[in-house]
Amino acid sequence: MSVLEFQKVSKLYNNVTQALTEVSFRVDEGEIVSVIGPSGSGKSTVLRCINRLVDVTQGSILFDGRDITRVGKKEIRQLRKKIGMIFQHYNLVNRLSVIENVLHGRLGHKSALSGAAGYFTEQEKENAFCLLERLGLTEQAYKRCDELSGGQKQRVGIARSLMQEPRLILCDEPIASLDPSSSKVIMDYLSDINKTMKITCIFNLHQVDVAMKYSGRIIGLTSGRIVFDGPPDRLSKAKIHEIYQSNEGELITDVG
Amino acid sequence: MSGDRMKKTPGSKEKAAVFVARKRNFTIAFLGVFAVFIISSLATGYDVAGGFAAVPKAVHWMASNFVPDEKAWSRLPNILAKLIETAFLSVAVTVCAAVCAFFFGLPGTRTLKLNPWVGRAVRIIAAFFRNVPDVVWAMLLLFSFGQNILTGFFALFFYTFGILTRTFIETVDEVSADCIEALHAAGAGDLQTVFQGILPSSMPEILSWILYMIETNIRNSTLIGILTATGIGYLFDLYYKRMDYASAGLVVLSVVLLVIAIELLSNQIRKVIL
Amino acid sequence: MNELVAAERGLALPELQRCMQKSRAGKIKTAAKSKNRLAVRLTVFVLLGLTLCGFATFDYKNIDLLAAIAGTLDNARVLFGQPRLMYTNGAEAWTALLVSFSLGALSTIFGALLGLLGALFCAGNIANPIAAGIIKRFVSLIRAVPTILWVLIFTVAAGLGSVAAVVGLTFHSAGYLTKAYAESIEEMDSGVIEALKASGASFWQIVFQAILPSSISYMVAWTFLRFEINFINAIAVGAAAGAGGIGFELYMAGSHYFDLRELGWITYMVVAAVIALELLATKIKAKVG
Repeated sequence: MSVLEFQKVSKLYNNVTQALTEVSFRVDEGEIVSVIGPSGSGKSTVLRCINRLVDVTQGSILFDGRDITRVGKKEIRQLRKKIGMIFQHYNLVNRLSVIENVLHGRLGHKSALSGAAGYFTEQEKENAFCLLERLGLTEQAYKRCDELSGGQKQRVGIARSLMQEPRLILCDEPIASLDPSSSKVIMDYLSDINKTMKITCIFNLHQVDVAMKYSGRIIGLTSGRIVFDGPPDRLSKAKIHEIYQSNEGELITDVG
Repeated sequence: MSGDRMKKTPGSKEKAAVFVARKRNFTIAFLGVFAVFIISSLATGYDVAGGFAAVPKAVHWMASNFVPDEKAWSRLPNILAKLIETAFLSVAVTVCAAVCAFFFGLPGTRTLKLNPWVGRAVRIIAAFFRNVPDVVWAMLLLFSFGQNILTGFFALFFYTFGILTRTFIETVDEVSADCIEALHAAGAGDLQTVFQGILPSSMPEILSWILYMIETNIRNSTLIGILTATGIGYLFDLYYKRMDYASAGLVVLSVVLLVIAIELLSNQIRKVIL
Repeated sequence: MNELVAAERGLALPELQRCMQKSRAGKIKTAAKSKNRLAVRLTVFVLLGLTLCGFATFDYKNIDLLAAIAGTLDNARVLFGQPRLMYTNGAEAWTALLVSFSLGALSTIFGALLGLLGALFCAGNIANPIAAGIIKRFVSLIRAVPTILWVLIFTVAAGLGSVAAVVGLTFHSAGYLTKAYAESIEEMDSGVIEALKASGASFWQIVFQAILPSSISYMVAWTFLRFEINFINAIAVGAAAGAGGIGFELYMAGSHYFDLRELGWITYMVVAAVIALELLATKIKAKVG
């Protein structure tokens, strides 16, 4: 069953910059899909259209069978509750504690006032602690986020998105600012979450090898158009060069 | 690969061109400033030599006349009372203006993505309050409020409000952009985003600006005080016009000490919160 | 999600319980214990307290607040809605505006020169620390004296006129720009200076080859910001110290002729000039940066 479906989605920024051109694809429940492509190819726009951080210009996006491209402000909140998001720069409130940042994942579920006042139930707090334990962060619970390392910050970001009890997690370059070992930790956590909790994951990745190793399907994007959509084993070297519009020997993946 | 890199570094010819351009720009800038200087001097009848000569003369004059004497010290309680009033005034003005400016400025931020038309209106209104000199507000308010502390309060308020609205908008867009995006993505509403994201992340910068404006407003309130006959400015003007320079000197001294005390305190606070 | 969540309240694993800090009422705490957070809260409370204290102690002289506000709104409508000149003519007013502008320009030029010199000797990364400390204290002393007081002091010492206004305005500008320029210089990459020092460059070579080229755009931005402030201040001292220019016209219109409409016309002139200056500054900054 498909969770998400793009139907000929196009996006124009300021009526001039064509970011996406008739992008169509489907994502099934429980899949891990990676979107790869050069900088500026529209990867980030694809992700941000799904939770309506960006409004599409044409076409429609179905989430759980419902067209979400034209829904109003209230329904956008309902939609975003079900979609978690993880960012390259973690996007945490650095001056707040780890546990407070994790609890921010509940804001979509709360009334405007109690959320604004930072009032959370004991059950929510305990759940937050359980998530921290799962991500190995219990010792850091009361630390401020700016005291954490990059890998730890990203794990807080994951905990925050899980706090939403999402059906889908969007990962926007989750390991682009991390060293190789923290990157592996983060990717392992995400793939584990995908398997045990049956949460669908959509990645934006720069690292083709990581995408091939962790995802069940890869979408190659070039200048806002899909040029590849299929399992990793069908992604040939030539195809990679077509996606990145490069010649043999010019990509870092060609080294070694 | 290496061939590409070689192409990008400028050759000696291009380098020379860069230096020539820099030299030319420097000459243009220098001539421009010099022209402004000449025109300004002519327009104001400013006498450069006289200006430089005035400085030692003024220092000498200050040293002989601005030294508080016994009569001046006897006015100290009065001066202190006005000084405290001025300090309270500038804190009250800045805090009120800051609260208004923060909430008024929110629609003007780019990252919170409220209505773009409202945002434009907010920025125009802020520019209006920033650019109307506080002297004008003081004049306007004098008509109805008379020589009252509230005249000074509102005159300082409007200007502070204008300045802080712009700075807060810039601060929020710079400091809180990332966490606003994340909270929005998690389904948080605007009210929640403001109190859970924007306030915690930009509060230290906001406080730093508030402290700076308190210091500025103490200095500005001296001027407004002279125009509206209130606060420490009025007292200075009074002694100054009576040519009681010893007492006027004591007023200056007390203002200087207050401003420096606030600056030192602010710096200490900034060290902890930033 | 479900398998992660303790089935019922309070049933979280014991070792997890140990990590939770509880309040006296038995609720799980969430806030980080940090000096920073405490200081922010304390500062906010103290400022709010002082504000309330201020409002409680002000001498309002039994003013009828509503009447005063209503009157001011009426006056504002006249001031902004029906501007016209009567006691002075357009040519005089524009000349006066040019005078204020020139006072601002002169004090900015002098302030920038003095500020640059001061900054070179007090920027933390290039200056002698002892000299820097002395200059920094001296500069903050100068900045602490309100501009208007400098102008009034120089009025007595040098006589009423442009000299008093320019010198008075220059003092604070120089102090302000010294601090701003020094901060711009301190922001620059310390490696560059080190490299030049290592290659045996002299102080002035470092200044002209490394420091000025790399911080010139910040410095230009600060200078124009100060120019705007100086222009406004020139108007203010014109009004409060009779130092001439459009400020004096403002003062005459407001406090001598009590003519709101003339006040309005002059205000619009000033606002237009400030906005023009801002636009010019943006253009020049774009060229330099």
